[in-house]
Amino acid sequence: MISIRIVKREPLPGWARILIPIAAIIVTLILSAIPILIAGGKLWKSYYFLFYGALGTRFNLLETFVKASPLIFTGLAVAFAFRAKFWNIGAEGQLLAGALAATWAGIYFTGVPGFMLLPIVMISGFLAGGLWASIPAILKTKLRVDDVVSTLLLNYVMIHIMGALLFGPLQQPGSSWPRSSEIIEAAKYPMLLSKSRFHLGIPLAFIAVLIILFINKKTIFGYQSKAVGVNIKAAHFGGINTTSVILLTALISGGLAGLAGVGELCAIQYRLIKDISPGYGYSGIVIAMLGNLHPVGVLFSSLFFSVIIVGAQTMSRMTGVPYYIAEVIQGMALMVMLVFLLFTEFRIRVLRK
Amino acid sequence: MTENKEQPVVQMRSITKRFLDVTANRNINFDIFAGEICALLGENGAGKTTLMNILFGYYTCDQGEIFIKGEKADLSSPKDAIARGVGMIHQHFTLVPSQSVLENIIIGTDSGRGFFLDLRSARDRLLEIQKRFGLQIDPEARVWTLSVGQQQKVEILKSLYREVDILIMDEPTAVLAPSETVELFKTLKHLAEEGRSVVFISHKLNEVMEISDRIVVLREGEVAAERKTGKTDVRELANLMVGRDLLERIEKKRITPGEPVVEIEGLTALNDKGLEAVKNLKLLVRKKEILGVAGVSGNGQTELSEVLFGLREPVKGSIKIGGRLLRAGSPVSAINLGMGRIPEDRIETGLLMELTVEENFILENHVSPGFHRSGLLSFNKIHQFSDHLIRGYGIKTAGRDAAARSLSGGNLQKLILARELSGEPTLVVASQPTRGLDVGAMEYIHKRLLQEKERGAGVIVISEDLDEIFTLCDRIVVMYEGRIMGDVPIGEASREQIGLWMSGVRK
Repeated sequence: MISIRIVKREPLPGWARILIPIAAIIVTLILSAIPILIAGGKLWKSYYFLFYGALGTRFNLLETFVKASPLIFTGLAVAFAFRAKFWNIGAEGQLLAGALAATWAGIYFTGVPGFMLLPIVMISGFLAGGLWASIPAILKTKLRVDDVVSTLLLNYVMIHIMGALLFGPLQQPGSSWPRSSEIIEAAKYPMLLSKSRFHLGIPLAFIAVLIILFINKKTIFGYQSKAVGVNIKAAHFGGINTTSVILLTALISGGLAGLAGVGELCAIQYRLIKDISPGYGYSGIVIAMLGNLHPVGVLFSSLFFSVIIVGAQTMSRMTGVPYYIAEVIQGMALMVMLVFLLFTEFRIRVLRK
Repeated sequence: MTENKEQPVVQMRSITKRFLDVTANRNINFDIFAGEICALLGENGAGKTTLMNILFGYYTCDQGEIFIKGEKADLSSPKDAIARGVGMIHQHFTLVPSQSVLENIIIGTDSGRGFFLDLRSARDRLLEIQKRFGLQIDPEARVWTLSVGQQQKVEILKSLYREVDILIMDEPTAVLAPSETVELFKTLKHLAEEGRSVVFISHKLNEVMEISDRIVVLREGEVAAERKTGKTDVRELANLMVGRDLLERIEKKRITPGEPVVEIEGLTALNDKGLEAVKNLKLLVRKKEILGVAGVSGNGQTELSEVLFGLREPVKGSIKIGGRLLRAGSPVSAINLGMGRIPEDRIETGLLMELTVEENFILENHVSPGFHRSGLLSFNKIHQFSDHLIRGYGIKTAGRDAAARSLSGGNLQKLILARELSGEPTLVVASQPTRGLDVGAMEYIHKRLLQEKERGAGVIVISEDLDEIFTLCDRIVVMYEGRIMGDVPIGEASREQIGLWMSGVRK
């Protein structure tokens, strides 16, 4: 008789932490063969076009970066919050808040000098996202309202606020669509490479990764927010002002999500529309988990996701496999990663009797 | 009681167990005989619990064999062990708080007819077992309403219900009040008289002497010695456990206390249930004085320490440290007034177990000058500070970057001690400073607290361990129902008097 048991394992060495996400991605791709085959795709051809579509030409490669930019921001936002055990499920709403503030600044701040406008747009987007995230943080610290629920529900509040504004004061004059006027030229992100949409928001996302890494590793605040995340009681005992640490964490987290919204508005859409985000805020949660809440992990998992998203379009065109396979692969990646993380703590033992 | 010729019910042969590069058990031979209480004695980290977890099927050994009742046993899970009559009660109970005693006891057993539970016959059987062993608990009581001692009884009943005849108890008295311990010992002796075997894991020498028939001492993963309890004494056991001669008695210098370092006036504080736990308390501790706060647990000592630490806001009263008022409910104020704080719940309150040793060292002073510059941590200074503390306090760890989780209990307490004493506090408040620690660590912590007093600090030791209070303190107060029952210099204190005060009797 063979019996299978799950038992606790000894802690893994450091290199395993790097290897695990890579292994998870490989396993994901292997498992993804099943839905691809079911959909009638030829396996090698499908994978070929998946990667060719994302990386094969200059334009495709740059598009992959374009897609990665908002994902990096929302992934960072979630990872930074989760590290302090502020369960921010609301990056989607914070992204919209950021886009909304940027729209308002980008349309109405016509009086400021051109070179000043973009920084103002970005700062207002950051602050809007941050302030939106600080509502659940205040509710959590002052009234002990569960942050998972409040951050999630505030997403819907923001969707409806945005809808109301798009049918009201922000609606483009003369239009019957829920969309705003176009922001003025000086509020748009500069394009950095010709014949592509490679915009300012992409290097900014990479810089944000470095900044968060720096905050985490080097600053007093980074230490305090980690301490609060690990053991809030001990952090309080040690004299850390846990309330302000959580608030500042929420502000930064929401601000990062807000910048994702600013990027989509000022570099891609140029005007606020209801569908400005296809769920980047929710993808951010998956990306943060896939990246093990580490900034560099977030960077790579965002790039992986955008490869899948961008590549799946080409794959779908060339092989007839439906585009939705991209979402299946994303979901699969999360599940595989969660299973792999489980195996960092437990292992399976097979016994023969 | 045990004859060596008799066949042991459990034989563990050449057991070796490694965790990564640490060998927890090295080539251990260990027998258990029917009808005996065998104590497994050793310091924290000596490998006692690991060895018993192997017998319980919780771990598998890397090498070695186990024979239970003459049969070779391949234990791949606790279920296998229980099927062979081996039961183990861990320090942390595995009960479902919201369910009744009976429901907890039948969890995982086949007590039913087909699809339906058969609570009635289970209940009858439980009552019969209770009667036989004198373990009185209402089977319908919800577990969360029970005291820790009663919950332990439920665990024992759970084992007996499963017809366990080899019962392993991992430090069962650590969580018990003295009266509960007496009751537990009665139960264990009863079990042994019935021919069952009990393994009693402990590092408390007095208890081991009292309860066991035979003692096996483990040290650093190996069997250091085996003794008949009647043929050894506490001193020999202590030396065997630690592997060196312990100090005969900790030397306590007579020093005249100086000016007051802490003055508590009219302090009243509520507990978590909103009831008055500390009532109009007045205390004064001077420089170079160690004040012991004795008492049965639950008489307001925890709340008093929390108020001092800045974790609990009092409803009335004032606390002055070095003449300056402690801001109520502010840990920062306690730190800034120079209080070294050793919390009773070290892991929950005092430590960041997932973080490194170094990150634990700087918990309180990472904002003090020298450790940061314009918001950035100064790692060179912090590394120096950490290495200095690790060396200075002899903390056994792989280094400052090792996770606190990887440290043993004694070393975790040393870590807290190092952090709290590094700033040369004017007042040290230590709550249950050696609870759960082995002799070696206890001795070290006592020595350090005495050094603090000699340096000039005032020290408050809150402890339920009277031996500790008598070893360390210059003056003893006894807390009873939130008030000070009595206050006596150590020279005039007698255990009888203190005991009476602890039970609320005023002479």
